This record gives sequence, C-alpha cells and structure tokens, in this order.
Amino acid sequence: MEIAESILLTIATAATPLLIAAIGELVVERSGVLNLGVEGMMVMGAVCGFAAAILTGSPWVGMLAGILAGAVFSLLFGFLTLSIATNQVATGLSLTLLGLGLSGMIGESFVGMAGIKLPTLHIPGLSDLPLIGKLFFGQDPIFYISLALTAAVIWFLFRTRTGLTLRSIGDNHTSAHALGIPVIRYRYLAVIFGGACAGLAGAHLSLVYTPQWVENMTAGRGWIALALVVFASWRPLRVLAGAYLFGAVTIGQLHAQALGLGIPSQLLSSLPYLATVVVLVLISRNRRLTMINTPASLGHPFVPDR
Amino acid sequence: MRVELVKRPQHSTLFSMLSPLIALALTVVAGGVLFAALGHNPFAALHSYFVTPISGIWDSDQIWQLHKLAIKAAPLILIAVGLAVCYQSNNWNIGAEGQLIMGAVAGSLIPILFPGFQNALTLPLMLLAGALGGAAYGAIPALLKTRFNTNEILTSLMLVYVAQLFVDWLARGVFRDPNGNNFPGSVRFSPAARVPEIYPPQGDAHWGVVLAIVVAVLVWLMLSRTLKGFEVKVLGGSPRAGRFAGFNAKGMVFFAFLLSGALAGLAGIIEVAGPTGQLREVISPGYGFAAIIVAFLGRLNPLGIIAAGLVLALTYIGGEEAQIVFGISDKVARVFQGMLLFFVLGCDTLIHYRIRLIGFGTAKAGEGN
Repeated sequence: MEIAESILLTIATAATPLLIAAIGELVVERSGVLNLGVEGMMVMGAVCGFAAAILTGSPWVGMLAGILAGAVFSLLFGFLTLSIATNQVATGLSLTLLGLGLSGMIGESFVGMAGIKLPTLHIPGLSDLPLIGKLFFGQDPIFYISLALTAAVIWFLFRTRTGLTLRSIGDNHTSAHALGIPVIRYRYLAVIFGGACAGLAGAHLSLVYTPQWVENMTAGRGWIALALVVFASWRPLRVLAGAYLFGAVTIGQLHAQALGLGIPSQLLSSLPYLATVVVLVLISRNRRLTMINTPASLGHPFVPDR
Repeated sequence: MRVELVKRPQHSTLFSMLSPLIALALTVVAGGVLFAALGHNPFAALHSYFVTPISGIWDSDQIWQLHKLAIKAAPLILIAVGLAVCYQSNNWNIGAEGQLIMGAVAGSLIPILFPGFQNALTLPLMLLAGALGGAAYGAIPALLKTRFNTNEILTSLMLVYVAQLFVDWLARGVFRDPNGNNFPGSVRFSPAARVPEIYPPQGDAHWGVVLAIVVAVLVWLMLSRTLKGFEVKVLGGSPRAGRFAGFNAKGMVFFAFLLSGALAGLAGIIEVAGPTGQLREVISPGYGFAAIIVAFLGRLNPLGIIAAGLVLALTYIGGEEAQIVFGISDKVARVFQGMLLFFVLGCDTLIHYRIRLIGFGTAKAGEGN
C-alpha cells in the first residue's frame, strides 16, 4: 500500500513539469506560433528559480523568479518572430541554445549547493487518508497549480470569446487580421504565457523534483513537452493524460534501475526518449486526425500589410 | 514604440552580404557588455577571446593556435554543410549530434573489434563506416517522416539523447579497455587507425581539415551547378512547384537526411580517430548543435559555412583562452554562440524587409509613399 502510494506520488511529481510546460506551449501553438525554445525557457526558469530561492531564502520567491525568467526570456523569441518576422523554427532553436548556455553561466556558482524545497500541503485528517491522502492533499503547490492551469486553459480556449479569437488567429491569421483582430498582440501574450509556464515548469524541477542545480538539468523535458502537444493533437485534456503517461514511464524506468534487473541503466534511461518517438509515430500516422487538429497557420510568420 | 516591416520589392543583395557581418559585430558588442557586467575589462577580455587565438596569422610562434582553430572548425564545417542541404530543402534535422555519435561508434568498430587489422585500408574503411553509421541514424527520422508523417524536428532530437546514452554504455561497458584502470573509454587506436597530422612540426591539424574544405566545395558545386541542387531549392522553397516539376519530395527527405547524417558521422569518426584516439563516453562538445549556428551564419551556403565554421571554432578556443587568462567561465562560449544565432536571424530580416520604427511622438510623415 505504501509503495503504491509513493509510486503514484513520484509519477505525479515527474508529470507536473511536463504538464505545465506542455499546457503553456499548447496555448502558444493554438495562436499559430511554434516556439521550439521550451527547453531553453525551462532551464532558465530552473536556474533563476534556484538562484532566487538561495539568495532570498524563500522557495516562494524562487518560484516567482522562475516564472518571471521564463516570461522575460520568451520575449526575446517574441520580438524576433513576431516583430521582425524571423523563421520560428530557427529562432526557437536559438532560444534553446542560448538558454542552455546562459543558465550554465548563471548557475555555475550554485552547483553543488543544497536547494530549498517548496513546502507540501498538509491538511490534518485528509492528508493522512490511506493511498490517496498524500496524492490529493499532501503535494507541493506547483502540482495544484498545474491542475488548475489545465482547467483554466480548457475554460479559456473553449468557453470564452477571447479563447475563440485566439484559436481563430491560429487557424487563419490573415482573416483574423482583416476582421480587425490585433494578431501580433494576441500572439505576444500567448508567447509570454507559454514562457511563464515553461519557467514555472523549470522552477518545479529545481525546487521540488530535485532541489539542486545541475547544468542541463531539464534533460530534454522541454522537447518532450513539445512532443506532448503534438501527441495530444492540441487538446488540453490529452496533454494531461500524456504528461502522466510520460511521468509513469520515467518513474517506471527509475524503479527498474533501482531493482537492478541486469538491464543496462543507459537503456532504461533512454526509454522516455524512445517512448516519445514511438507515440509521435503512432499519433502522426493518422494523417487525417493531425490535419484536422493542427492550427493551420502554425509556424508561418505573419507580417501585417496595414 | 512599434516596429514595422516594409517588404522590399526585391531581396537586398547588399544585406545578404552584410547581415552575417552585422550579426558578428553585434555579438562582439554584446559580448563586451557581458564581460563588463562580469567585472572584467571588456577590451582586454575581447582581445583574449577573439584576437589571441588567431595571432598565428602574424606571429609565427603562435601558428599552433591556428592549428587548434582548424581542428575545431573541421567537424563544424562538415556537419553544417550537410545541414545546409537539409534546411534549404526544408528538412529540419536538428539531431546531427546523434548522427555524429553513431558515426563515431560505427567507425570505431574496426579498430576496437579488429585491432590487428592495420594497413593502408584501415583508416579509409573507418571513415566509410563512420559515414554509413551517421547516414543510417539519420535515415530513421527520414523514414518516420516519409512513412508516418512524424515531425522530424522532435524525432531527430530525441535520438540524440538515445545516442548519447548508447555511447556512454559502450565506453563504460562492452568496449571498455580492460587495461584502462577502470576509466571509461575503449582501447587506444593504433597509428594505422588514426587520422594523420598534416605538418606535425608546426601544429597538430590533421587531414580531416582538408577533407572538410573539399567536402564543402563539392557540396557547393552540387547546390549551385547541378540539377540536384536546383531540386533542393525548389522543393524547399515551394513543395507544390516541386511536385509540378516532377521532383520526388520523399526522395529529397531521404537525400537530405542521408547526406547530412553521413557528413555528421564522418565528423564523428574523424574526431575519434583524430584528436581523441579512442572511443570515449562523450565524443563532442556539442558540435552537432553548434553546427546549426554555423549553417545559418554561413547563410546556408557551403562556402560561407567554411568562414562561419572558423568563427564558431574561435568561440570555442577563445572561451578556453579567456578562462585561462581572466578566469572567465568557459560557459561563456555557449552564450556567445546562442547570441550569435539570434543576431544572425534578426539581421536576416533586413534582407527581405526594411525596418521602420514608429512612435516616440514621431509624426507619421511620408506614410503615404
């Protein structure tokens, strides 16, 4: 019973950063922008969150710093792709490369320091329920934020007029522009939201998942989040399911490593990446499904003709 | 303030030439600001970063530094030339790092499994195996893209992590040198399995440098003088036009990935059989990713890539130099590389657009023209 509980808990912890980063990127892509810089924004969130927590002694300040770092960093991408219409794929890549470099430099003096963990919720009685007590009532704040964020994005995209407008921009920015919708402004806000989410996801890694700073500690999670958005065919609930599936794969391979089944640890460590390739193949082979759901102007630069 | 883009009637030839240079200048300025922020004299730091490593040009005692530069530039040029073909044909291979590793592994099989096989054929066969290994690994995202419509950006990148873990397993496990005091890494290659140096008395640049330049010229000829090169550009610029011309879009995906995979694999085996001399758990300091920057800085033109490869090599060497002289973290190199790509992409906008700043109370005079 206790083992089952701890496994479920670790799965939720592994899934949370993927869920947050992917939900943010989903909103960005729904607005028609492909930001491949998730990994870079996430690692910036991780290092800034960690550094701020150490310097101020408060993990809460760290969490906010992570969000802010991701958002500010995403503005770099926003300015290039939205204001001066650069290639989104290349610009996103450079955001990732710059983020990995910059975070290494910022974090150099923090390597090896013990981090400060965000406190977990404790409600007497409820948190002590067997099996599900800790899972639902005894986790870190970012876990609850991730679920609230998912619900909020579902409500925003499919239940509000602004959400409808955002989706229309993603499907046809020229028509949206002709209708007088400020395409670039919407996209800026979406990109900043995506950056803030990636930053929060990174802060989760360095303040909850493994409270320390290690260079490149995101280890491809930003890319897996990007893959999750495709896997989910741009639906928030499927992102949630996908994130927990990947959380389960990650934790499963960690437990297999701990058991020492004679399988090389490197093979087990590569499972999340191989699983990403496999699910991408499974979802993409259904050409019709992807065609219907992909935002039609995804990745195309937009220059208003006034 | 607001930025407004005005499309040029024709793309600007002037800015096609200038934009990489402007980007470079901006990177140097931003680098100076960065050094100053870190509390160093920006001019002295920039000097040791960008000038000392190339002082061999005028100071014959420092020629060995130019050799170091060439050694770093060779793999970057080889990989970036292949990526240029990929990106020109609109195939986003960002997994060159993985293809490099698999090429290094495939080429190393010969000296590791057959250490007695030492003759004039050893090295050529290793290079061939390296190219084939890289191409085979590059074929995976190509196959998934053509067969299952899978996004090649994500699959090629995921395979990098898999390749890194794979070579880690080889170097610590099955291929570990039994006499290596438990350090990870294979047996050391025999001289017959090493890429020879061009002129050892002067410095340690090896023949891989020459090969990289020859390959760049050949690919340049292919892109600018042959039907295949035309096909690359048409299918990249307008897949629809390419279909009408009867070009095979799926064939192009394979061509681009196999070529860039093979060149990355070649870079990998040259790295292992050249400077390193054994298969280690980490093969490259991110050449496969830095080559993406090289490809764009060289404006996806193989001749431009030769120059761009030298510039990126300078950021690696300069990073080491600045660390020795000023104690500046060698992580700065990657920051420079990232900034450089940003500035290149930003400046490329100038080729197709004029940029107008609006706001700060400036009257909208001349709006009507």
